[in-house]
Amino acid sequence: MSSNGWAAIPEPPPAATREAYGPALVKLAEAGHDIVALDADLSASTGGNKLAASFPERWFTVGAAEQNMISIAAGLASTGKTVYAASFAVFMPGHCFDQIRVQIAQQRMNVKLIASHGGISVGEDGASAQAIEDLALMTSLPGMNVVVPSDAVEADWAIRRAAEDDEPWYIRLGRPKLPIIHLGVDEPRFELGRAEVIYLEDHVTLIACGLMVEPTMRAAESLAQEGIGARVLNMATIKPLDEAEVIRAAEETGAIVCAEEHNVIGGLGAAVARTLALHCPVPMEQVGINDTFGQSGPWQALLNEYGLTSESVVEAAKRAIARK
Amino acid sequence: MTSSPLPAIDTDALVDVCKRIRRHIVEMTHAAQSGHPGGSLSATEIFAALYFGGVVRHDPSNPQWVQRDRVILSKGHATPVVYATLAEAGYFSTELIPSFRSLGTELQGHVVRNKPAGVEMSGGALGMGLSFAVGVALGHNLDDLPEDEGHVFVVVGDGELNEGQNWEAIMSASHFGLHRITAIVDRNHFQNDGPGDEIMRIDPVGDKWAAFGWSVQHVDGHDVEAVRDALLTARACTDAPQVVICETVKGRGVSFMAENPAGWHGKGPSDEQLAQALREIDGGLT
Repeated sequence: MSSNGWAAIPEPPPAATREAYGPALVKLAEAGHDIVALDADLSASTGGNKLAASFPERWFTVGAAEQNMISIAAGLASTGKTVYAASFAVFMPGHCFDQIRVQIAQQRMNVKLIASHGGISVGEDGASAQAIEDLALMTSLPGMNVVVPSDAVEADWAIRRAAEDDEPWYIRLGRPKLPIIHLGVDEPRFELGRAEVIYLEDHVTLIACGLMVEPTMRAAESLAQEGIGARVLNMATIKPLDEAEVIRAAEETGAIVCAEEHNVIGGLGAAVARTLALHCPVPMEQVGINDTFGQSGPWQALLNEYGLTSESVVEAAKRAIARK
Repeated sequence: MTSSPLPAIDTDALVDVCKRIRRHIVEMTHAAQSGHPGGSLSATEIFAALYFGGVVRHDPSNPQWVQRDRVILSKGHATPVVYATLAEAGYFSTELIPSFRSLGTELQGHVVRNKPAGVEMSGGALGMGLSFAVGVALGHNLDDLPEDEGHVFVVVGDGELNEGQNWEAIMSASHFGLHRITAIVDRNHFQNDGPGDEIMRIDPVGDKWAAFGWSVQHVDGHDVEAVRDALLTARACTDAPQVVICETVKGRGVSFMAENPAGWHGKGPSDEQLAQALREIDGGLT
C-alpha cells in the first residue's frame, strides 16, 4: 500500500497525550510566551504542576473549583495573558459549561482549555469520570477550536500551536499510554483545521481522532491484506472541521467511516455526517460509544467492550463499502 | 499613554447625576418595553458614586487605558444603570440610549464586553463577576501594577449571592491576597421570584464575607455621599479584599416600582407609568 511516508506501526515507548501538557507549558514559558496556567486540584494528573516547578509565578491552583477557574482565566486573559486552564474532561466542561460559554466563547478570550482524562479510557474510575459528551458541548460553541490529538507528539504540537493565536481552544487529552504514531517526525504535522492524510487510498475513507487513530491505521493495514484500499485521515481538529478534505474523501472513495472515543452523537462522526449530508452524501458508518454511559474496568477492556477497536473499524468499513 | 481619574463632583451635583441616571433607566426600559429597571434603580447611587465621586480612575476618551480601574457588573441584567452611567460619563452619546435592546444596537440586554467601550465583562449568567475580578487582579499583580492602580470594582446582587461560584471567588480572593478588589453588594432584598429572605436567606451576609477574610463595610446605598466615602475607603485599603454592602430599595425613586419590587424586576413601564416615574424622579428621593 502507498504509505505516504509512513512506516509500519512503530513501537516506541508509549506515552499518554496528557503527558505532553506540562513539558509544552515549560517550553512556551522558556520561549518567552506570556502564559499563565491554572489548575483545579488535579495538577499532578494534568501535568500543570511541571510549570509550577519551573515558573511558579505563572501557575495558580484554585482548588477544586472549576467554575471559579474558568472565570479567573477569562479575567487574566482580559489583562493580555495567554491562559491555559486544565482539568479533567468530565469537570471541564462538565462543571463549568456556562462559564466557558459566556466568559470564554462569547468574550472570545485567549484561553486554552486543556481537558485531560477524556473518554472512557479513564478506566477504573467508572462512568462519572468518563467524558463521552465533551466534544458535543464544546463544538456547539461558536468560535471554539476543538482538538483531539492522536498521540503525545501531536498533543505537544497542538498545545504549543494554541499559544500562537488569541482564540479560545479546547484540547482533549487522554490518560492511557498510547503508541507514538508520529515518532521521529520533526516538522509539526498538526495544522488547526486540517486533516492529516495518513494513507491515501480510494476504496473507503477512515476518519479518526484521538486514541482511535492508531487502531484505525491497523484497520487500514488489515483491509489492505484483503485488497481493500483504505484512506486514513487523522482528524485531530473537530472544529473547524476540514470540510474540503472530507468532501474530497467522499468524492474519491465514496464511503466513509468515523471512529472516535465519544458518543456517536455530537462528536467527530456527527460533524462529518453534517458535512457529507450538506455537500456530498455517501454511505457512512460510525465507530464510537453508542449513546450509553461507561463503567469501571481496565481501559483496554473498556475499548473492547464498547467496540472501539481495529476490528470494529474493519467491519464498519466493509458495511460502508457494501452500501455504495 | 497617561490618563488620570476624572475629577470628583460635589454632593449636590452627584444627586443631580443620580436623577439623570434614573431618568435614563426608566426611559430606556420604557422604549424597549423590557429590561430590568428595579435592580438598576437600586444601584443608581452606587454607579454615580463610582464614576462621578472621584472613586474610579478611568478616562472615557481612553477606555483601554492599562492602569484604569475596572468596574464589573456581575448582576449582568442591570444594564440600564450601566449604560446610563457610561453615557453620562462620556463613553457614548446619550442619543444611543433609546436603542437599548433593539436589533443591531451595542446596548445589549445583558452586558457584553466592550459593547460599548467601558463595559469590562460579558454577563447575564449570575455569579461570574467576582471570579473574573480575581483573574484581573492576578494579571495586574503579574504585571507589577502598583497597588493604587488597576483597582477592580465588582457590583453583585444580593440574590446573585445564591450562586455558589461567588463563594469560590470570595474564598480565592483572600487566599491569593488580592487587595485591589472591592465588591459592592446591591442589597435590595428582592430577587426574581420575590423577597430574598423567603427565596434563599443570605444573612448574616456581612459576617459571611468577613469569615472568608474580607473587610466589610455597611452603608445606606441611597446616600450617595456615604456610598462614595465607603468606596474611597475601600479603594485605599491594601490589607484585604473589601466589600461594601449597600442597603438599597429595589425600584428606589419610582414609587410604584419600589412598592412592588418583584413585579418590576424585568419589565418596562407604560406611557403613563413613565410620565409618573419621571415626575417622581425629578422630585428627588424622599
